[in-house]
Amino acid sequence: MTLAERPAGQQGEGLVVKLSQPGPIPLDAEFYCRPGELLALVGPSGSGKSTLLRAIAGLYAPARGRVSCGQETWYAADQGHDWSPQQRRVGMVFQDYALFPHLDAADNIATAMGHLPRSERRRRAADWLERVNLEGLERRLPRQLSGGQRQRVALARALAREPKVLLLDEPFSAVDQVTRRRLQRELVQLRERLSIPIVLVTHDLNEASALADRLCVLHAGRSLQQGAPEALFRRPASPAVARLLDRPNVFSGRVVATSQGLRLSWGEWCLEVAQGLDAYPVGSHLTWYLPASDIVLQRSDRPSRGIRENLVTARVDELLVLGGQSSVTLRVPHEPQPLRFDIATHAARRNGLVKGGWVRVSLLAAGIHVMQADMLPSSRDDDSP
Amino acid sequence: MDAPALIVSLKLAVLTSAGLLLPALWLGRRLAQSRTRWKVLPESLVALPLVMPPTVMGFYLMLAFSADAPLGGIWQRLTGTSLNFSFSGILLASLIVNIPFAVQPIQRAFEALPDHLREAAWCSGLSPWRTFLSIELPLVMPGVVSALALTFAHTLGEFGVILMVGGAIDGETRTLAISIYDHVQAFDESAAGWMSALLLAISFITIAVVYGLSARHRWQAER
Repeated sequence: MTLAERPAGQQGEGLVVKLSQPGPIPLDAEFYCRPGELLALVGPSGSGKSTLLRAIAGLYAPARGRVSCGQETWYAADQGHDWSPQQRRVGMVFQDYALFPHLDAADNIATAMGHLPRSERRRRAADWLERVNLEGLERRLPRQLSGGQRQRVALARALAREPKVLLLDEPFSAVDQVTRRRLQRELVQLRERLSIPIVLVTHDLNEASALADRLCVLHAGRSLQQGAPEALFRRPASPAVARLLDRPNVFSGRVVATSQGLRLSWGEWCLEVAQGLDAYPVGSHLTWYLPASDIVLQRSDRPSRGIRENLVTARVDELLVLGGQSSVTLRVPHEPQPLRFDIATHAARRNGLVKGGWVRVSLLAAGIHVMQADMLPSSRDDDSP
Repeated sequence: MDAPALIVSLKLAVLTSAGLLLPALWLGRRLAQSRTRWKVLPESLVALPLVMPPTVMGFYLMLAFSADAPLGGIWQRLTGTSLNFSFSGILLASLIVNIPFAVQPIQRAFEALPDHLREAAWCSGLSPWRTFLSIELPLVMPGVVSALALTFAHTLGEFGVILMVGGAIDGETRTLAISIYDHVQAFDESAAGWMSALLLAISFITIAVVYGLSARHRWQAER
C-alpha cells in the first residue's frame, strides 16, 4: 500500500529509496521524493528516520535495498554497488549542524565547493551567506554564532555543494521557538528556488505538516503510509498510523445492517458512515477514526438548522481554554476513550459549555474513516522523544 | 656541566619525539575510532610502560637486545653492532618506553572529535585524506603538541631503562639523568646541582608549553 500513490514512470526521476534489514537497526522502508518536493519522514525516536537519512547520504549501508537518484544508482545491496558520500553529492544538514569549529563561516561553506576554482570559493561563500541572511558574518567562527545563525551556515554549506538531494536531519530542533519559526519561513522561501528532492526528518508533526508536500510515517523502521499531510490526517491507513500521527478520536465499532442500510454500531448509537463501510462484512469489528474538525457542536439555545446527522449526547469531561481556542474533551457512557475537538473559545462560552454539563454533537458521516482493526502500537511511551 | 651527556639527552629526546609522531598519530586515531571491545588489549599494551618499573622494563629490553635473542641477533647481523650499550639501543628502548606518552594524548584528542564532523566533511565532498588534513589534524593539534612535549620531557628524565640497556658510556649512552647520578655518587654535588637545575627548567618549560597550548583555542567554546 505504501507506494500505491506513486505515479507511473516515476522511476528514474527524483529520489527513490527502498531499504530493509532485520537488524541491528530494523528497517523496512520504501519511499520516493520528486525533484522540488519536500518529503518529511515522521515517527517517534527510534523509528529509523535518521538511519534512513544516513543511508541516503552514504553514511550507512543497510543489508538490503536500493537508493537511486535521477538516472544514478547510489546503492544496490544485491550488486554490492555503494557510492561514497563524496560521489553521491548530497547536501546534508546535521542535527547538531556539525560545523567545522576551526573554520570561519565563509570557510565552512567554501569547504563544500571543491567543484569550483579555489579563487572563487570565498566570494561564492559570501554570496551564500547573503542568501541565508548572514551577510557580513564571513569571519565569525561557529562558536561566535547563535544557534539560528549556525543552522543557516549549515544549510548554506549543504547547498553550496550544488547537491542532487538536500537532506535535513531535525534541522530546527536545537533552536528556540521564535528562531524556529523564522528558519522555517526562510526554508519555505528558499525552496522556491530549489528543484531537487528535499527530505526532512522530524518528530514534530506540526513542523512536518506545515513544511512538507508529503509525509512518510515510520514506525520501528517500517514505512507505514505516505501522502499529503491533509490526506494522512483525514484517512490514516491503520490505527497505528492514526496513533503515530497523534490523532484523537480512534474508537472500535461493529458493522450492522439496518433498514436504512449498513451502519456502524458504537455503544447505543448506530452511526451513518459516508463511505468505506460496505467493504466489511456485517458483524465484523473494526476501528474507526473521526478528525476533530468533523465533530460539530449542536447549539443548545435553538435546534440546529444545519447538519444533524449522527447526533450523540456526551458529558463535558474537560474544557481547556488555550487562548482563542478551547480544547473540549467529551465522554460517552460506553466508551473508555474520550471524544476530543477544538472550538473557538467565544463559541464555547456562547453555548454555555461547562465541565460536567451535557452537550449534543454531530459526528459527520463524511468524516468517519473506517479501518481494519489491528494491533495498536503497544504503549504511549513509544511516542515520547 | 657534562656537555656530552646533555647532547646525548637532547639528541635522544628529539629523535624519540620525532620518531613516535607518525606512528602515534596512526595508532591514536585507530584506537579512538575503533568500536570493538577487543581494543582494551592494544590499549593495555600501550599503557604498560606507564605502570612497569623502569628496571623491569629495562631488564626485558636488555634481554631482547642481546645478540642471542632474535631481535638483537637480527640487528647484529644487519649492522655488525650490538643494540645493548649503543645509542641505537637506548633510542629503540626510549621509543618503546614513550609509546604511552605519545599515543594517549593523541587518542584522547581524536576521541573528542564528534563523528558528525568527519561525516559532514565527506558530505561536503572532501576525500578521507583531505578530511584528515584539513579537518581532523587541525582539531587534534593540541593533543599532538602535548604528546610531543610529554615524550620530550619524559625522555630527558628517563633513568632506569637507559641505564639497564645502555650502561653509561660517555658521549654514547650516558644521558644527563645518569650523569647527575654519577656525580652524586662521586660527591660532586655542585655539578649535580647545576645539571638538576637545567633538567628542572626544561621540564617546567615543557609543561608550561603543554598547558598553554591545550588551554583555550580560538575555535574552542568558552565554558
